[in-house]
Amino acid sequence: MSKQNLTDRRYTHDHEWAKDNGDGTVLIGITDYAQEMLTDIVFVELPTIGKKVAKGEPVAVVESVKSVSDVYAPVSGEVIDINNRLEDEPALLNQDAFGNGWIALMRVADKAEYDSLLDAAAYEKLIAEEKH
Amino acid sequence: MKKTPLYEKHVALKAKIIDFGGWAMPVQYTNVIDEHRTTRSTAALFDICHMGEIVVKGPQAFDLLQYALTRNLQNQKNGQVKLSALLTDDGGIIDDLTVYKVAADFYVLVTNATTCEKDWQRICALREDKGFESTVENVTEKVGKLDLQGPSAQAILSTLTDYDLNNIRYYHFVEVRAADHSSIISRSGYTGEDGFEIYASAKAIGDLWDAIMKAGQNFGLKPAGLGARDTLRLESGMMLNGQDITESVNPFEVPYGWLVDFDKEFAGAAALKALTQSGIRKKLVGLEMTGRGIARHGYKVFQADKEIGVVTSGTFAPTLNKAVGLAFVDINYSKPDTEISIAIRDSLSPAKVVKIPFYKREK
Repeated sequence: MSKQNLTDRRYTHDHEWAKDNGDGTVLIGITDYAQEMLTDIVFVELPTIGKKVAKGEPVAVVESVKSVSDVYAPVSGEVIDINNRLEDEPALLNQDAFGNGWIALMRVADKAEYDSLLDAAAYEKLIAEEKH
Repeated sequence: MKKTPLYEKHVALKAKIIDFGGWAMPVQYTNVIDEHRTTRSTAALFDICHMGEIVVKGPQAFDLLQYALTRNLQNQKNGQVKLSALLTDDGGIIDDLTVYKVAADFYVLVTNATTCEKDWQRICALREDKGFESTVENVTEKVGKLDLQGPSAQAILSTLTDYDLNNIRYYHFVEVRAADHSSIISRSGYTGEDGFEIYASAKAIGDLWDAIMKAGQNFGLKPAGLGARDTLRLESGMMLNGQDITESVNPFEVPYGWLVDFDKEFAGAAALKALTQSGIRKKLVGLEMTGRGIARHGYKVFQADKEIGVVTSGTFAPTLNKAVGLAFVDINYSKPDTEISIAIRDSLSPAKVVKIPFYKREK
């Protein structure tokens, strides 16, 4: 079973999350539902610090044994930190996608983009529909 | 999509179902790594009903197969299995298949799922050409197949039959009753582990599945899907038809030269001989990533700035805990320990040519 989707963050239709730190930065990652769909994650390609991405552009790559999936930037901005632990411990994404499995820290270009993302309730509804 | 007789069981087990060559097949029940490791450590059961079975019978069944296939079947004994190749007139591989000799006038060919229809057509056409007195029947829909693989496979299966399975040597089979059904049990598989391929009627195969799953409970048996089947076969250096092998590939470009006997006449021999005389230019090799990343099917292979080949299979190998693959490379770069690199997205990642298999079980 997926973990509860947290109300302290926002979600995309592509199963990423973004969490507003209140200082112009957001932490981003993939949702617990996404890791459950991917199952055994064995490799994560992280962005380089300083990389600028537009909302919806690939910012990282997550690979399971069988699949290669892009992680899309939930918001536009600049990557200012990355979770290096994922290089040696990609399974952190399976264990704790909402916590220790965070992927990058971004400086947000436009806060309105963040505000327009799905809230937890809307995201719940999205995955309920996908399951059918 | 076609469904195997076990489809409903996979759904009940909450398997993830995918389209594999037109068949709705379980790719995983829990996750690939767990199913893979279970196969290596204890045992796993695979639904392989999608694979093809073609029965060749008649006074000239042997002559037909001896002509249709690359391998010399002259010394094959009843109850013996032989791997062979079926070629196009151009010497390309249509299929790599196993030949079960039941009797001098009775053979069963076990084919890849995606090539079965083509194999059947090809063999029928060769029979017409030569007028061999024989029948060639595609019985895939009537036959069910299970693979029980892993170190505990024999202990599990022996609870379901009176036959002493120790008598079945590698690549041999017997016709016995198992779980009260007529079946063929062959010591063979596609995982690199000891194990069995079990055939029964499509009607009986569900019963056998249930009986094996039940018998395996105390051993830690789990069902496994095509995902684990793929990583298991790749670790063991076995090729996948349609991915590593296609009709544009000949047996000498992949490790199948040993299946070819030019001392007999067979379909495709002339073209194949000409190809070997003009020189083999590419070769399928094993590769291991030494840098970051996982080589995947279709990724390009480089040495320095020069493109020298393409990856045909690649994955993270759960037993070895590293990324390995198979690739076609220019024959000049095919020696073990040759340093190469793999184009992964927008960068080149270091790798090296290694011997296959990547994994070999301890006996």
